[in-house]
Amino acid sequence: MPRYLIRRLGQALLVVAGVIVLTFAVMRLVPGDPAVAYAGPKATAAELAEARRRFGLDDPLPVQLWNYVRDLLHGDWGISLHTRQPVRDDLFQAFPASLELVGAALIIAVAAGIPLGVAAARYKGRLPDLSVRLSSMLAVSVPVFWLALALQTVFASGLGWFPVAGEYDASLDRTSPLHLYTNITAVDALITGNWPILTSTLSHLVLPALVIAAYPAGVVAQMTRAALIEESSRDHARLERALGFGETAVLTRFALRPALNPVLSLIALVFAYSIVNGFLVEAVFNWPGLGRYAADSIRSLDTPAIAGVTLLVAVLYVVANLAVDLLQGVVDPRVRAR
Amino acid sequence: MTAPALPALRRTPLRRLAGVDRLAAAGAVLLGIIVLAALLAPWIAPYPDDGGSATHPLEALLPPSGAHWFGTDQVGRDVFSRVLFGARTSLLIAVAVLAISGVIGVVLGVVAGYAGGWARDVIMRVTDVFLAFPALLLSLALAVVLQPSVTTVIVAIAVTWWPWYARLTASVAASVATRGFVDAARCLGVPAPLIVLRHVLPNSLTPVLVQLSLDGGGVILTAAALSYLGLGAHEPTSEWGLMVQQGQTLFTTDWWVVTFPGLAILATAFAFNVLGEGLRARLSR
Repeated sequence: MPRYLIRRLGQALLVVAGVIVLTFAVMRLVPGDPAVAYAGPKATAAELAEARRRFGLDDPLPVQLWNYVRDLLHGDWGISLHTRQPVRDDLFQAFPASLELVGAALIIAVAAGIPLGVAAARYKGRLPDLSVRLSSMLAVSVPVFWLALALQTVFASGLGWFPVAGEYDASLDRTSPLHLYTNITAVDALITGNWPILTSTLSHLVLPALVIAAYPAGVVAQMTRAALIEESSRDHARLERALGFGETAVLTRFALRPALNPVLSLIALVFAYSIVNGFLVEAVFNWPGLGRYAADSIRSLDTPAIAGVTLLVAVLYVVANLAVDLLQGVVDPRVRAR
Repeated sequence: MTAPALPALRRTPLRRLAGVDRLAAAGAVLLGIIVLAALLAPWIAPYPDDGGSATHPLEALLPPSGAHWFGTDQVGRDVFSRVLFGARTSLLIAVAVLAISGVIGVVLGVVAGYAGGWARDVIMRVTDVFLAFPALLLSLALAVVLQPSVTTVIVAIAVTWWPWYARLTASVAASVATRGFVDAARCLGVPAPLIVLRHVLPNSLTPVLVQLSLDGGGVILTAAALSYLGLGAHEPTSEWGLMVQQGQTLFTTDWWVVTFPGLAILATAFAFNVLGEGLRARLSR
């Protein structure tokens, strides 16, 4: 196990290093001059030179890359051009809100996807199967920004069942201020017993979380169905049938557990994808997370901020991947040998 | 005479396709209609000029009717015509992205798979890095630093898309490289480039070609998202993501401006995905 662990960690570090270099390379493709963007259009030549010196733009590229890596490791992720604050602070502020949203979405996705996958496998080739396959296909094919707009228009603006935008009712900050521990509003409200903010946050969560849940729910349903069908054709399923277990029992009591293994690792992989998909949804629902921050950064061509977001999500993805591999290595010795 | 011909017929690719299930068949039909609509847009669109920069201020935001099936947009253009022209943009992007990333991926993959050793290690580590970025994220970062245009969208997505094909081709090519006929060619003294070109490449293509045909939906969704964020096609190009973005503030009052372009994206991605799933299930059997 230690050798597998070290090799896998080394691989992950290598990928992170590559991710940093690639992010740096993309940011250096910028046709405009970041110094001009920072100093503003009316800057004097001296101010421009000062900005260039400050960002180290006069240095050769390898030196710039080295400085970039050194600053990153020291926790300096650069200054955002549009908030004028350190990118790292901005990210720390925005990330918990994204985590809250995507977490809620993945809970919905698992709660809906697994039972639907089981139902489809149980009635393979019949009406429930066809409708689950059809709806999961629709769920993975729908453009999220459009679904977000549609749900917002119908259920928030139109019927008024849910709030239109935001994370919670801002007026509650005065009547029942929230103490921050994790920065995840719903969690903090729950552990401090702040019911007004908790209920407000939950009702604000419903629509954006449903939109983000569409893709993972569809994938989970398809994967559960496929894994169950494969599992229920194995020898152990034949034995269980021979022992007199019904088809539902074979699926739910015996086939489901081994079938869930690939499904759970899929969820970890879908996590980073959902964060990025959430970008489009957060912009529509004005959710104060990474996505809104990214959208604002894109609008103001704020390269340090975009680099920060890109880097954070890519590193998250590597970590999620690593966690899945290590967990599987713990559970399944065959993985370690590979 | 006819009896011996039948088994041969059954083995042809078309015959295999005919066996896919009803959902996949529906996807194929839907995709066929969309491709036809894209090809014939200039002739079948009721108002061909509206696919471009035409404006009819007096007919702005008319609800769907016999004259305008999908209503009209903010400047009075026929939404149905623009949706038809939008199919051209989306399919063009999908074909270009898949072609570019397919070629890059297959070339690198075959080299990695056949050569093995350090060449394989280097190429695979590079794909690891690219695959660490969710496709939309890296395309976003790229599209921001390049000028917004359809070309930018194609380049940005292709850059994030090729590693999948490189990995797939590498694993297939590596197994082809161990086959007897490759050994035979090597023993006969055929130079390595020729072995790769004549023997390994043709025998490694099928899985990649299948995978390429499955990925159209993903490309179309990513492209639409980039355009929606204002990083892709711009006025007066008919592009579905852009149409949604331009109409989004009107959703509550003039629903048709946003609903139909969105449905077009959904239908196209759905057609690709359903067809792809059917093909995969069929070919993996």
